[in-house]
Amino acid sequence: MRLSQCWIVASKDLATITKRRNILYSTFVVPFIIAFMFPLLIRYIIEKGTAASALSYLLPSFEFFFFILAGLIPSTIASYSIVGEKVEKSLEPLLATPTTDSEILVGKSIAAILPALGAILSASVVFMGLTDAVTAGKLGYYYFPNWGAALVFLLLVPLGTVMSVEWSVLISSRVSDVRIAQQLGSLLILPFAGIYVAGELNLVQLGDTGTLLIIAGALALVDLLFLYVVQAAFRREEILTRWK
Amino acid sequence: MIETENLTKKFGDLVAVDGVSFSVSEGEVFGFLGPNGAGKTTTVRILCCLISKTSGGARIGGYDVSDEADSLKIRKMIGLVPDNVGLYEALSAYKNLDFYGRLYGCPEAQRKENIRRFLTMLGLWEKKDVATGTFSKGMKQKLAIARALVHDPQVLFMDEPTANLDPESSKTVRDFILELRKEKRTIFLNTHNLDEAQRVCDRIAILNTKLMATGTPEELERMVGARRAVIRLEEPSQTVLAALKKRFPDVDVTADGTSLTVEATDPEKQTPDIVEAVVRAGGRVQFAGVVGSTLEDTYLKLVRRDA
Repeated sequence: MRLSQCWIVASKDLATITKRRNILYSTFVVPFIIAFMFPLLIRYIIEKGTAASALSYLLPSFEFFFFILAGLIPSTIASYSIVGEKVEKSLEPLLATPTTDSEILVGKSIAAILPALGAILSASVVFMGLTDAVTAGKLGYYYFPNWGAALVFLLLVPLGTVMSVEWSVLISSRVSDVRIAQQLGSLLILPFAGIYVAGELNLVQLGDTGTLLIIAGALALVDLLFLYVVQAAFRREEILTRWK
Repeated sequence: MIETENLTKKFGDLVAVDGVSFSVSEGEVFGFLGPNGAGKTTTVRILCCLISKTSGGARIGGYDVSDEADSLKIRKMIGLVPDNVGLYEALSAYKNLDFYGRLYGCPEAQRKENIRRFLTMLGLWEKKDVATGTFSKGMKQKLAIARALVHDPQVLFMDEPTANLDPESSKTVRDFILELRKEKRTIFLNTHNLDEAQRVCDRIAILNTKLMATGTPEELERMVGARRAVIRLEEPSQTVLAALKKRFPDVDVTADGTSLTVEATDPEKQTPDIVEAVVRAGGRVQFAGVVGSTLEDTYLKLVRRDA
């Protein structure tokens, strides 16, 4: 695989995305709304007289919310990237170039992963900074950074982003409308939200690094399984003769 | 440059291309004529290494289309104008071409030069920075042709390049193909436009799942019936008829009122001699021309016979 070819495909997709304001908004606005809204909510909770011990239980739930975003945000770009090509009927000339199917797939994945990951991680930095600012007085120390947050932001979020892109590629191969692809793609947040709810119900400890590592391992396995299926679906003959 | 041998493609029980064999020489404009569903696009897709063949063989520039390593080399030496233009409508004409030039590994200096050259040749240079979503159908088609040429391919595949275009845009595209022919590029032209095929192609193959016939436009015209030179005189003349029979003793010359019909073996070539003989015999020529079977006659006969 030639990374230069992947990057050419990715940079074209990124250039196209920057011309679509609705995609930019849905990628960057939601994470930053959460990044500013949650610290305000935490401040309100503190003002209501919540105990410091309750705060250290609440904060992992808030940081885990960024993992849910990882299941949602990339699907907008990934769906547009594939279904957009189907709508514009530009896949045939693209596939006729001396670029392998894997190079096109990786290029398109990079174009979906980079902005989504950039938006979520930069929003998480804002979230951590603001949260530290409002909780330091109550806790007597800076809650962030910590190992749990590192695992969520640097392991679970990237793995979730990859899964979201793979899922969106699969959905995109079966539909020919960008909005339907995005709606079906966003269904991936259900299992992500399920883990969150399990945390809220004390079925799993979202602040526990061991639990987070187990979730990361499971995500990595599903990512590999999805990759296998996506590679089988993203073959030029399949695309030209079977894709809707 | 392009060779196929018993090339066959099946989609389940449906035979899309059935044992097709032909060869196209370097620098030749080869027309692929056939009705909708005849297998033209499928053949082009196999030759462009986009879909696999079921059986038989196909080679381009000596490379096997079914070999994974060869397919990358083939795709580098060919350009494809698909039946749907497939441009990136949010990007400018220049950026569309630049993207493809980069994918084909075309060096930056050559890429810039080729983009300028082809956009200028096709009358799109002034619109190079305009998003292609605003282009007319004809402009998009021209840009799709420029895209297929941006890396200077040896072989150009064009799938219905003038379909759905207005007469003026069709003429521009046809003229451009003729320009490319002068550059000795091998051009494989899928079309069901008989007039277009006749005007631009060196040789034509008629396909209806199976290959029905191959030849020059003239050879195909002669396939279904003799062609005749017809001379119309100002008034009937037995003297002229006698003179023609004397001059061309081996061919059948008949008169019908003011019209004389000469069953010449090569009427286009012999018409000047026939007219000269008529004038020398005192005949006054109102009209001279060749009539008989046309490419359309051959095409319809072959396609209907197979139906």
